[in-house]
Amino acid sequence: MDFIRTIQQGTPLFMEGVLMTVKISILAILIGMVIGFFACLLRMSKNIILRGIAGIYIWIIRGTPMIVQSFIVYFGMPQVIQTFIHGFKIDSYTAGLITLSLNAGAYMAEVYRGGLLAVPKGQTEAARSLGLSGAKTMIKVVLPQAFKVAIPSMVNQFIITIKDSSILSIIGLADLVNRAKVYVGSSYQFFATYSIVAVYYLVVISLLMLISQYLEKRMSYERKG
Amino acid sequence: MNVKVKIQNLHKSFKNNQVLRGINLDVCEGEVVCVIGPSGSGKSTMLRCINLLEKPTEGTIIVDGFNITEKKAEINKIRRNIGMVFQQFNLFPHLTVEKNIMMAPVDAKIMTKDEAKDEAHRLLERVGLLDKKDAYPSSLSGGQQQRVAIARALAMHPDVMLFDEPTSALDPEMVGEVLAVMKELANGGMTMICVTHEMGFAREVADRVIFIDDGVIMEEGTPEAVFNHPENPRTKEFLEKVL
Repeated sequence: MDFIRTIQQGTPLFMEGVLMTVKISILAILIGMVIGFFACLLRMSKNIILRGIAGIYIWIIRGTPMIVQSFIVYFGMPQVIQTFIHGFKIDSYTAGLITLSLNAGAYMAEVYRGGLLAVPKGQTEAARSLGLSGAKTMIKVVLPQAFKVAIPSMVNQFIITIKDSSILSIIGLADLVNRAKVYVGSSYQFFATYSIVAVYYLVVISLLMLISQYLEKRMSYERKG
Repeated sequence: MNVKVKIQNLHKSFKNNQVLRGINLDVCEGEVVCVIGPSGSGKSTMLRCINLLEKPTEGTIIVDGFNITEKKAEINKIRRNIGMVFQQFNLFPHLTVEKNIMMAPVDAKIMTKDEAKDEAHRLLERVGLLDKKDAYPSSLSGGQQQRVAIARALAMHPDVMLFDEPTSALDPEMVGEVLAVMKELANGGMTMICVTHEMGFAREVADRVIFIDDGVIMEEGTPEAVFNHPENPRTKEFLEKVL
């Protein structure tokens, strides 16, 4: 249990890993928010085919483990594509980003939907009765309220995305867990290394929670001005 | 007198449930019509058809000479002329009282922001809530929220005001303040259609009282006629229960 030596020797490696973890998580969250928005639109559309497409997407993502999804994207997909494009390859970062984004997107779609459904129908009726168009009602009345309701679930989803990114270390993504495994392989400092990794995750996620608390306070209706 | 709202042969069904079965009604300019009837009789549905919150299954509705049941009717423009006040107030909780009132006129570009602000202050003064202009709806009582909702509807300078049981969700001690605002509005010459359970208000303020049951108008007349000498047995039965 040599913490001091582990910190001294391992820090450059861990920093490299944590940067990768943060980078892929932020990107996946941002892409996931966009995918989720469209998936939610499809899921709430009147067209049964569009609704079905979104439903199947969400069903598959929610119903399968992310590790299996990442294997399909990293190992399986290239095999299929190689029959059309000779020598097609995908690197673990791209495969990881695709998997993590698709995952976040499916869950975000449900978070958005929950937020939209939480806004009472009377709000839409009041806005429409004042002559606002459907789109304006959405933008000015429904979305601001839905967003506020959805913030806690959104933050929860961000946290899950950050933590789930560690699964991608299995397909070789050079994230925090992956770098730690490399260090442990040569130093055998299991306890010290993984404890330090845990602290890194705690710090990253605590920062995110602080930001979200600030946001929630700012969004509160009781604020003046 | 000009006919402001003309309803002809209005039918409305929800799936297999026939709620309105042929309503005919003319409301003149400046007239105050109170609609009474048992719950589930279709009175709210009729009101909601007048600004197309419910789409009529059959029949025509003409407001201000415009056939609003026509396919090419510009629904958003038509709604600007028809103010509506709901049972549950439906103020926008994420906006201050002032911004609740300013939103629609600014969005419709019939006022600049500054004009809308002045108008909001004028209307809040009128309903006695100018000191609450920067408050959020959640900090107001039910009666205050409903008065703001009335001011919000008035900001569009509507020709007709629809009230859908505006006092039914209020604590008893707050009913009076809302009715007072409505009375002031009626005395100012506003054309009003009020679905209400406040028989005292209907008796005092209405020019005409309409009794709806089973999706049709069973009886109509002056408050004096309907309340004191009802002819239809269903009206008698209903009035005995509520008076």
